[in-house]
Amino acid sequence: MERIPILKVGQYLLITIQVDLHDKMILALQDELTNMIVKTGARGILIDISALEIVDSFIGRVLAQVASCAKLLDAETVVTGMRPAVAITMVELGISMKGVHTALNAEDGMELLNDILHRDEYAHDFSAIN
Amino acid sequence: MPSTVTKTPEIIKKNEQEMLEDWVKQQKKVLQNRIDHLSESTLKQQCKEFLNQFQTAVQSGEMKDIDQSKAWDGVRRFLAELSRSRALASFSPSETALFVFSLKQPLFTLMQREFKGEELANEIWTISELLDKLGLFTTEVYQQSREDVIRRQQQELLELSTPVMRMWEGVIAVPIIGTLDSARTQAIMENLLQEIVDTNAKLAILDISGVPTVDTQTAQHLIKTVSAAKLMGTQCIISGIRPQIAQTVVHLGIELDNVITKATMYDALAFALARRGWHVQRVNGASSSVEKLARQTSNMSGNLP
Repeated sequence: MERIPILKVGQYLLITIQVDLHDKMILALQDELTNMIVKTGARGILIDISALEIVDSFIGRVLAQVASCAKLLDAETVVTGMRPAVAITMVELGISMKGVHTALNAEDGMELLNDILHRDEYAHDFSAIN
Repeated sequence: MPSTVTKTPEIIKKNEQEMLEDWVKQQKKVLQNRIDHLSESTLKQQCKEFLNQFQTAVQSGEMKDIDQSKAWDGVRRFLAELSRSRALASFSPSETALFVFSLKQPLFTLMQREFKGEELANEIWTISELLDKLGLFTTEVYQQSREDVIRRQQQELLELSTPVMRMWEGVIAVPIIGTLDSARTQAIMENLLQEIVDTNAKLAILDISGVPTVDTQTAQHLIKTVSAAKLMGTQCIISGIRPQIAQTVVHLGIELDNVITKATMYDALAFALARRGWHVQRVNGASSSVEKLARQTSNMSGNLP
């Protein structure tokens, strides 16, 4: 079975999804990712889905679950590069990606992760976030 | 019942000139205030053309199924063209249907002269039924043409009314004007999301000062748009909330907690600029306007958060 590579970059885990996902694949990814977080002690996860043309309710839910798992293991998840059509579909399906951060592209996503982690470390410096 | 055999075409042929004049006169009487759209010669031309087609069709003997049969193709095509042009020239439906119905009087006068007794009744019944069907047909085409116009205008309105403006680096705005139904939400959402991709926007302002009323449905549409933008990493600000609308939203118990809301576009833009790390400052005592502008530009320094 095809598997999706998980790259470790500094404190982060980087996942780019280049093929159309099917259910087994994303479940395998969820499994592997949680293991990787524990093993590497990663603080942030970036999932790039810019190549993904179809997201169904199951994949949407698993992505949200991945984020919840990561949160439990003290890592933040950013999903980047969602296409307009996919975003519309997700909204129509009523999938709320609670707990998942989003960004327009991988670069912005990385910046966002940096921001969030930075904010956590120096939380006492930030009285309020706008 | 010999309804499919009629001698009417023959008598029409025999008295064509007389009938034509009578018919045109009939129509002119009713279309008096329309005569600027329709010259007498055109009207006469149309009547003549119709009579020709009508005779050919009746001679074919097919009287029942005039909506489908081949023999009536010519008549149908002619009437469709006529109704369509009259609809576009803003004739009323009755003025359009009158073209066919006004043929009854001259034709029946003629038939009264030519036929007797039972034959007369039969002929009149056949022709009357035919003309009624044709009259209804013109009305149908008229309605259809009007609907086409409405549909086209709707489409144009949809395209016209959903511009996405670039306000600042990373900030775009969508002024929503008119009622927000699901078709428009879809169009707005598509435009907005595409623009987010194109301009790399981080903040989007949805201005609803042009939306007359906000009910649960409208709010639902707004929330959908906001969520879709959020999925692409863009924060939305809803601005232009009028006092009455604020009250309605609260009364209806609509939750807009996860959305940043501002009273006016002014506030929203100020907020967006601040969020993006811009600082706008007025310059005092600048000598020339060019210099002033130059200094203003250099004073707007940006440092991203």
